[in-house]
Amino acid sequence: MVKVEQLSKYFGQFKAVERLSFEVSPGEVLGFLGPNGAGKSTTMKMITGFISPTSGSVSVGGHDVGHDPVKAKALMGYLPEGAPAYADMTPAQFLRFAASIRKLGNAANARIEEVVDQLMLNDVLHKPIDTLSKGFKRRVGIAQAILHDPKVLILDEPTDGLDPMQKHEVRSLITNLAADKTVIVSTHILEEVNAVCSRAIIIANGQLVADAQPGELEAQSEYHGAVTLKLSGNVDPRADLEALPAVFRVETYPDDARRVTAIPNADTHLYADIQALAKQKQWDVEEMFAERGRLEDVFRRLVDSHSRQPTPAGGAA
Amino acid sequence: MIATVFKRELASYFSTPLAYVFIVIFLMLSAALTFFLGGWYERSQADLLPFFGFHPWLYLFLVPAIAMRLWAEERKSGTIELLLTLPITVFQAVLGKYLAAWVFIGIALALTFPMWLTVNYLGSPDNGVILAAYLGSWLMAGAFLAVGSCMSAATNNQVIAFILSVVVCFMFILAGFTLVFDVFKDWAPLPLLDAITSLSFLSHYQAISRGVLDLRDVAFFIVMILAWLLATAIVIDIKKAS
Repeated sequence: MVKVEQLSKYFGQFKAVERLSFEVSPGEVLGFLGPNGAGKSTTMKMITGFISPTSGSVSVGGHDVGHDPVKAKALMGYLPEGAPAYADMTPAQFLRFAASIRKLGNAANARIEEVVDQLMLNDVLHKPIDTLSKGFKRRVGIAQAILHDPKVLILDEPTDGLDPMQKHEVRSLITNLAADKTVIVSTHILEEVNAVCSRAIIIANGQLVADAQPGELEAQSEYHGAVTLKLSGNVDPRADLEALPAVFRVETYPDDARRVTAIPNADTHLYADIQALAKQKQWDVEEMFAERGRLEDVFRRLVDSHSRQPTPAGGAA
Repeated sequence: MIATVFKRELASYFSTPLAYVFIVIFLMLSAALTFFLGGWYERSQADLLPFFGFHPWLYLFLVPAIAMRLWAEERKSGTIELLLTLPITVFQAVLGKYLAAWVFIGIALALTFPMWLTVNYLGSPDNGVILAAYLGSWLMAGAFLAVGSCMSAATNNQVIAFILSVVVCFMFILAGFTLVFDVFKDWAPLPLLDAITSLSFLSHYQAISRGVLDLRDVAFFIVMILAWLLATAIVIDIKKAS
């Protein structure tokens, strides 16, 4: 549905995005990750046709965004970074404006009512957007983006500035919408990736460094299969754990002396070994669980190792 | 498309005090200039020449004040990204916003109708000439506005947009003055001299406001407006990338 090919954007000498290629299909929710300034927003601006790429192309639903922008834009719903909206309008006026440009015709009122319910905008419908809280502004922006039931939904940091309740609501909204749509969500909140994304792309310095399912990324983590153990009483399991052949190292926690985490060597599993050990030593286990891996850890490692590589022709370091 | 952008934009003028402040100032200044500086009453002639004579100078400052926010504000608030990712072309957006501002100035101009009533009460003017002058005045305001639209697209800063538009509009007024003409007349080739004088907003406006509704004068303003709007669209296309 969305096809990005060899997309590059230079601002003078600065390479904001460099030869980025990926494809997203209907039903997929693509998480777009990267440190600040990695080129996430620039890429989204190019996909939605706001800025034109230095080279490369984007096509949406078969329409090239550069050559046939109006048709491509008609298929997309877009929440720009910071959710800009006309401050002097009320959400009702603003949504009617969007509905009119989107040519919703007779369906407009029904659709507006629907999205207003979905995003719980009823209380602020007739207050100027200027006077709304950050959370409401963001929801007005999302309402505008989904108003025409677009095939492709592009959301630049949709949960930024929302409180935990609102974050949860927006995430479930995205999950509900995703069934038949192609969704691209940028974020720097990694927990969001597990919550909503079926696939994640990590970019650093404008280049692609990973493109995988969240589970696959977690599996790259040092903590993949790590076992955290907490014993009751005054038993210190550290020495016994370190003696296990599958254990790479053992971590302790400054806030809880009795809790330890055993990190396995690459491609080995620990849970069964530790269970057997606990039985053998007759430990009184208070808590024991294995981890899927830590995205944050993988993210940091990928971005770090990428930025240490010398970039060809320098510049965007 | 254009109509939707137009309606939103026009409504936005009246949702803030901007519209009312502008209209009041425009009406007060145009009346004050006509009566005090123009000596309209003392002239005891049944026409509105002093009234229309001040319009170029009034527009020189008031029209850029309206135009400066056209694009600079969209860019500053980020709504430009929203507007230009909707399924419309840049030119449709430019035209929609421009027409709203132009119609708004037209409304302000139409509200000077008490002048027309007064002159009709006091004497029997040639109302055809007055109508032509109103049309000419509105066209000239449109040309000022199109220049301002382009300047507003070229910068994020409304004050800079304002100053640039005043300067460029001032040059288009001056082009018709003998003062400027004299500078060029000794050395410039005749075609260039003709080109410079024919660019003058003032001479085309004065021709219309005397009641000579020559198609060439009307066409001049319309071509001028379209050219500056096209330039606006191009500037936006270039500028939005950065």
